Amino acid sequence: MQTDSAVAARRKKRTRLAVRYGVLILAAAVILFPIYITVVDGLLSPQQVVQRPPTLFPLNPHWGNFATAFNQGDLGIYLRNSAIVTIAVMVAEVLTSVLAAYAFVFLRFPGRKILFFASLATLMVPFEATLIPNYQTIQKIGLFNTFPALILPFIASGIGIFLFRQAFLSFPSEIRDASRLDGCGHIKFLFRIVAPINRPIIAAFALFAFLTSWNQYLWPLVVTQTNSVRTVQIGLRQLAATNFNQIDVVFAGTILAALPIAVLLLAFQKQLVSGLTAGAVKG
Amino acid sequence: MTPRFIRRAREAALGYLLILPAIAAFGLFIFYPLVKTAYLGFFLAPPFPNLPSHYVGFHQYGQILGSSDFRDSLGRTGLFVLYTVPIGIVLGLALANLAQKKLPGIRLFRTIFSSSVATSVAVASVLFFTLLNPEVGLLSYAFGKEGGNGILADPHWALPAIALVTIWQNIGFTFILMSAALQSLPEDVLEASMVDGASSGVRFRRITLPLLSPILFFAVVIGVISGFQAFGQIDLLTQGGPNHATLVLIYDLYQQAFQFNNPGYAAVLSVALFFILLLLTFVQFWFFQRRVSYAN
Repeated sequence: MQTDSAVAARRKKRTRLAVRYGVLILAAAVILFPIYITVVDGLLSPQQVVQRPPTLFPLNPHWGNFATAFNQGDLGIYLRNSAIVTIAVMVAEVLTSVLAAYAFVFLRFPGRKILFFASLATLMVPFEATLIPNYQTIQKIGLFNTFPALILPFIASGIGIFLFRQAFLSFPSEIRDASRLDGCGHIKFLFRIVAPINRPIIAAFALFAFLTSWNQYLWPLVVTQTNSVRTVQIGLRQLAATNFNQIDVVFAGTILAALPIAVLLLAFQKQLVSGLTAGAVKG
Repeated sequence: MTPRFIRRAREAALGYLLILPAIAAFGLFIFYPLVKTAYLGFFLAPPFPNLPSHYVGFHQYGQILGSSDFRDSLGRTGLFVLYTVPIGIVLGLALANLAQKKLPGIRLFRTIFSSSVATSVAVASVLFFTLLNPEVGLLSYAFGKEGGNGILADPHWALPAIALVTIWQNIGFTFILMSAALQSLPEDVLEASMVDGASSGVRFRRITLPLLSPILFFAVVIGVISGFQAFGQIDLLTQGGPNHATLVLIYDLYQQAFQFNNPGYAAVLSVALFFILLLLTFVQFWFFQRRVSYAN
């Protein structure tokens, strides 16, 4: 009897496990479906794409579609533009935020509190609410359709200042005192000690800044006009609009556009959670 | 001048120098334009291009905010938020719960479930644009909607289709957020309830869910805010159509400013959007503060 119930219990456990895996696989299949089918279609010929019932596995892949998307669709240029803009924004945001947060924590000057609250208040202003005057400003100073137009409005970040200030506040004051005794000035102290110690939060914020900038859509759409400065997000719009008779190329182009970020995220998996939740202060 | 004074003055000077880049950028690209937007709303666009626009004060605000056009686009935006936020959070939580148990191969599933964070709005939209295309799209094929104008051209289905794209694109982020929250739950409380013989359903409802309420609140707030800001998917998939079925507030704003050349009208919508988001943040905060139980 005992062995019977043990066998029954084990069987029950095994069924449960099987059900769990079944649900996991089903969920994974649903989520991956759009990506998978796009990769497959990117490897098919135009005739195969429209074939019914649909081809779900590419037996003789057309790798040439990727080359066509890359060359014909100006995808290489779009990716380069995105890289330039994104890296510039990321570096600038990290730098201005680190500097400002350091001043707010370690330096004393009149108006410090007010200026910090002003920095925080920027979190309440959605970019869309300032879109039109910003567009006019960019036009007025002659930066329309240039890289600076894509970079300048985003060189500072309220989230970055807030996060770094929080991190710097927990910095032990004994170390500050000790290093001051050693004749260590503020700038040296910041770049030699404070910044390196806070590397994890800086890395997390940098990743967040990178993703946010890379994924921007509305602003690049309104301030760019030619492919020479268009970012990859806007490039995709162009690709889908102009190459629709070559649907296989559109599929391949979409995959190529998503690939750099996929690789980056796999490489920085550790920072991903803190990076994403860090940025969620704003939304 | 005492050395002490000089030292203080130098410290203050350095302080201003360090915050200058950030504060200058905020002033030029956030605070000034915010005020300027409100001001632009006082000006009526001329009937023909190149004529001067004239000052009408609050008249334009009253006219636009009281119009049925505004109410309709606000209503569509609200509907879009209702479609995307609850479903997105429930799905994200369900996936996180599913991938919580340590099983062989679970890391692979976690990577798959979070995969959509690697896509941008534009990538996700183009993926679904082709999938929903009436001639070649596999989703159209699967739903028997091939031929004709397609799902995105159907006024009843366009907004839900946009919502579907949005939910899919956000699911990776929600999954990561919920997984992190589940992992941070105090294990002793969960174990104690298991010893007490609570069923897994009761355990989830009575213990896990209340403990998760701060993060759920957080997810709702950012979900609603990003719902109001959803732009790329609409621009790529429907351009506000068909028949204004997907003309949400932000797309209305964009069209008025950049297609109909009516910055005054768009400015009024910008101000409305600003106050709506501000109000929503406060209301939600107030509401949840009373209901949310903060762990520890």
